[in-house]
Amino acid sequence: MTAELVLEDVHVDYGGVAALKGVSLSVREGELVCLLGANGAGKSTTLRTISGLVRPRRGEVRFAGERLQALSPYQIVARGIVHCPEGRHIFGGLTVQENLMLGAVQRRDAAGVRRDLDWVLALFPDLAQRLKQRGATLSGGQQQMLAIARALMARPRILLLDEPSLGLAPVVVQTIFRVIRDLHRQGTTILLVEQNARQALAIADRGYVLESGRIVSSGTRAELEADVQIEKAYLGA
Amino acid sequence: MTLAELWVQQLLNAVSIGSMYALLAIGLAMVFGILRLINFAHGDLLMVGAYVLIYAVAAGIPFWVAFLLSVAAAALLGVLMERLAYRPVRGQHEVVLLLTSFGVTMLLENSAILAFSPRTRPFPLPEALSGVYHVGHVVMSGIDLAALASALVLLVGLNLVVTRTKLGVSMRAAAEDLTAAHLVGIHLDRVVLAAFAIGSALAGVAGLLWAAKSGRVEPLMGFTPVLKAFVATVIGGLGSIGGAVLGGYLLGLAEVALQAVLPPGLTGYRDGFVFILLILVLLVRPHGLLGKAEGDRV
Ligand SMILES: Nc1ncnc2c1ncn2[C@@H]1O[C@H](COP(=O)(O)OP(=O)(O)O)[C@@H](O)[C@H]1O
Ligand SMILES: [Mg+2]
Repeated sequence: MTAELVLEDVHVDYGGVAALKGVSLSVREGELVCLLGANGAGKSTTLRTISGLVRPRRGEVRFAGERLQALSPYQIVARGIVHCPEGRHIFGGLTVQENLMLGAVQRRDAAGVRRDLDWVLALFPDLAQRLKQRGATLSGGQQQMLAIARALMARPRILLLDEPSLGLAPVVVQTIFRVIRDLHRQGTTILLVEQNARQALAIADRGYVLESGRIVSSGTRAELEADVQIEKAYLGA
Repeated sequence: MTLAELWVQQLLNAVSIGSMYALLAIGLAMVFGILRLINFAHGDLLMVGAYVLIYAVAAGIPFWVAFLLSVAAAALLGVLMERLAYRPVRGQHEVVLLLTSFGVTMLLENSAILAFSPRTRPFPLPEALSGVYHVGHVVMSGIDLAALASALVLLVGLNLVVTRTKLGVSMRAAAEDLTAAHLVGIHLDRVVLAAFAIGSALAGVAGLLWAAKSGRVEPLMGFTPVLKAFVATVIGGLGSIGGAVLGGYLLGLAEVALQAVLPPGLTGYRDGFVFILLILVLLVRPHGLLGKAEGDRV
């Protein structure tokens, strides 16, 4: 069974108010899929459902054939699904190194963890000089790098990224997108949520467009880029 | 007594009592940090620990073995509280959590009254701790020494745990950001259980020191110390382990200082003045000395 992530007719409520109204999507092994949509469309909720922070009222979430919706977040991480949340959520009172080691909290292979630490520090050299600094002392861009690096420390089979470019300076956004593209080229499976639709689509294989809790459009990068409606609504042409 | 000796004496008193408050406050802070639960039943751990010690010593078990049994019993009770009372209401409104802890307190105290009778019993202080030591005019009891030594050892040990072990770092992480703790894959149940076990064991030690100092064991003996430990955690910043330790020692200092400077007619109201100090601290630093403003939590 390949490590495919599948959502089928997923419904999620927040206290009776529907946030997702039958979302179906899939991410195949090795793909970079982007999930686009306006503020409040339900993008974050989709990721939170996959990682077990919220439970669907109806529908199914499967990874590599296994149903996830009965599992706790830590069990979902154990399956190799790692969610790098919107707003970074780094541990500001902990050092950069402690943050990174927590990314690998479930791993038992000390040698592999050390190797991966070197690897993520090579991806984000800014972090290498700041290992002993508290997370809260980092700039916004560095915090985002730390959040991604921490997620990578789990050695994810699929990485869920929620608006990694939000609120960052253009040059930092370039760095982040370059790293995401490189990760994808090295074979990491990624589900990328972005409002920065043009840039996200540019590095993606496929994409979905979410509107008020429903998928309203989907296709390959070329198909979505050619879609006039999407062009108008999301690509700001 | 020279002025220097007076200062040393008062400082010793403050550190001795502060050690107890600190040990007790740590458990409150650990649990509050992760669960937003103010565990008022924390005070009953020290009561149960003290009774276990009394019964064990009465059964002929050597004091130091009884001491370990008592601390283990406190830890076990803390773990049971979490499993049976607090886990089912985890994540609910803070008021629900607080009321649950009142419920646990009432249950434990009334059970203790039934099981052990409400009468006060003497604490079986061992020979080794009943001594009084003089250095110049400075007086120090064996209990004070035990309080200092155990606080030193336990605080150093705790510091190692929370900075050097995966479990300890996970605990701090969960206290800081529960969502992120879930997302990196921390097994929260395990971390919460460990926080209860460690905090309750420390409370067990603090309780024995408290009982040894007062010489009394009774079913409601947990009330005053847990209130003071709560004040200590609020001063230090609710949820911060370092803050709880700092708050504990500051509270000890404040009490001893007030005892020294208040006119004799007012020393009976010392605790009232302590609360005024607490309010002053909170007016200047609403989140306590080492506390942070609330982030978003799940
Ligand atoms: N914790 C919550 N409680 C109640 N409603 C929420 C909560 N989180 C999100 N929502 C609502 O669910 C909808 C989808 O939100 P979200 O998934 O965050 O959208 P997006 O990430 O696309 O901006 C929005 O209408 C939002 O107001
Ligand atoms: Mg969002």
